[in-house]
Amino acid sequence: MSGILEGAFVAGLMGAMMRMATPIIFATLGEILAERSGVLNLGIEGIMLMGAMTGFLITFVSGSLWVGVIAAALVGMILGLLMAYLSVYLGLSQHVSGLGITLFATGLAMYVYRLRFGSPTVPPTVDPFNQIAIPLLSKIPVIGPGLFTQYSLTYVAWLLVPIMSILLYRTKIGLKIRTVGENPLAADTIGVNVNLTRTLCLVFGGALMGIGGAFLTLAHQNMFLIDVIGGRGWVAIAMVIFGNWDPVKGTLGALIFGFLDGLQLRLQGLGFDISFHIFLMIPYLLTIIALIGVSRRAAIPAGLLKPYRREEKMG
Amino acid sequence: MIGLRIVKREPLPRWARVVIPIAAIVVTLILSAIPILVAGGHLWKSYFYLFYGALGTRFNLLETFVKASPLLLTGLAVAFAFRAKFWNIGAEGQLLAGALAATALGINLGGVPKPMVLPIIIIGGFLAGGIWASIPALLKTKLKVDDVVTTLLLNYVMIHIMGALLFGPLQQPGSSWPRSSAIIEAAQYPILMTRSRFHLGILIAFFAVLVVWFINSKTVFGYQNKAVGVNIRAAHFGGINTTSVMLWTALISGGLAGLAGVGELCALQYRLIMDISPGYGYSGIVIAMLGNLHPVGVLFSSLFFSVIIVGAQTMSRMTGVPTYIAEVIQGMALMVMLIFLLFREYRIKVVKKS
Repeated sequence: MSGILEGAFVAGLMGAMMRMATPIIFATLGEILAERSGVLNLGIEGIMLMGAMTGFLITFVSGSLWVGVIAAALVGMILGLLMAYLSVYLGLSQHVSGLGITLFATGLAMYVYRLRFGSPTVPPTVDPFNQIAIPLLSKIPVIGPGLFTQYSLTYVAWLLVPIMSILLYRTKIGLKIRTVGENPLAADTIGVNVNLTRTLCLVFGGALMGIGGAFLTLAHQNMFLIDVIGGRGWVAIAMVIFGNWDPVKGTLGALIFGFLDGLQLRLQGLGFDISFHIFLMIPYLLTIIALIGVSRRAAIPAGLLKPYRREEKMG
Repeated sequence: MIGLRIVKREPLPRWARVVIPIAAIVVTLILSAIPILVAGGHLWKSYFYLFYGALGTRFNLLETFVKASPLLLTGLAVAFAFRAKFWNIGAEGQLLAGALAATALGINLGGVPKPMVLPIIIIGGFLAGGIWASIPALLKTKLKVDDVVTTLLLNYVMIHIMGALLFGPLQQPGSSWPRSSAIIEAAQYPILMTRSRFHLGILIAFFAVLVVWFINSKTVFGYQNKAVGVNIRAAHFGGINTTSVMLWTALISGGLAGLAGVGELCALQYRLIMDISPGYGYSGIVIAMLGNLHPVGVLFSSLFFSVIIVGAQTMSRMTGVPTYIAEVIQGMALMVMLIFLLFREYRIKVVKKS
């Protein structure tokens, strides 16, 4: 118990928080991009798993971690395109299309993994990413070593937060995306291609989800396990709502989740006499409670869940 | 230039409703050739063993029914919820809640008269699943919390509740594994056919088809449930108490999933283990969609899926194609079915662009 306030504990907790938040940040940003354009992508959990598997497989084969990350992003893009085909072009229910993609991608990830690796008693591993200490910042007492000694993908995730904010709120492209998400008819009237915008958002959002998955197999761990995502995609969906569809607030949510996830890991390590399952439950439970807190003031994009068809113009 | 457009069509005749799912299954099976060939499996041999493994012998055929019973129950659970647009993606957690209740009761009902044991367990499992499902329904109706997210997250909460109990109060004394003691003999589902595992739960699942069909088409509640699904605002202004309809829908939906958990526990495992369900709750979503949310459709699609799952075992043994082919086929079947359902309302028209 006395270990809680020690410097090493705080540094470890900060480090774990950043690590555990990283895949959620990637996934949350990807989902925000999709939902801001008007498409709820429930394929997220499956896309992350395919990203995790592909990143691992390609790294295992090629020996290069970054090639693995790029492959994970590409697979995410392909699945994003599939989601766009079903939900945007065919106009199928976004709920059901997304769940379909998750089920399909989950099956496919396990299938491909088994094809390549069989069922070994000891899972194969890769050399994962190393943590990089940022000079000076990582020397800040207590919080520095934890916050600023991280994997390069974690830094990428943090860079993406302002980029996504600027993209959405300060650029013409962002204005188009938000208009498509709020009022597709108006966007169409002023000459924005609604379906193309939504497709691109799903494709690039899918890339982010894929990378988020790959982080888990190439940095956080060095192997692929079937339950590696463990509901983190669904947590990201919750974070989008929690963050009111805003990249910065969504990231804040991801950070809180990362903190709780890191805390449960640390507390387990301290040997409390409580089942570790209680700790594992806490982040999910608090996510639900957080959703209850924000759902009344949720500013949901008005065009979300509605496929756009220019029916009157079809003769 | 010539382009393709999706346009509304006249409503299809009744027979098309039967033909469309069958066509979707045929297309799915054809598409399954891709993963089989990628795995280097011999195509015709693979298809042969897929069906032989599920239907070829008496034992295998009865096993297919054994596998179908949890799928049928979770499929009905999801279909009943989706009909009211209660997006219950939490059948997996509700199934576990049912199994958990059945375990707790099944271990401790030693002092109860024997004929009372199973009814108590079945009702207990139903209520456990139903109450677990009514939490997200309450949050949705009272506090407007998104039901997709809460039902999903509650699956993970339930897994960890189960884990905590299996490492704690429910753990078999003396065991270091996360597993419970065995349930008493009176709590076991009777086996109905010799030399097989064909058990009472299969009959319960078939009976549930009848009950859901009856509720859907013969009762006021079934009408209200559908009205809420079609347009909740209109239903509300039409004088339906939508909150109460949503809660009852959740209770019945979760209860059906809970029964699936009771069956797995009392007919097959006899003790609770962490991997009591290989994702039946998630398969239930596909089955509900493939069955077009209709109980009879759900019955046939659950049978189709259990053929695939049971057959994939034999196919894998004989041809080396990984058993996960069953999951891939499930995912493909859902997407193919979605696209086919589109043809019910729309058709593709060739248009000339100027």
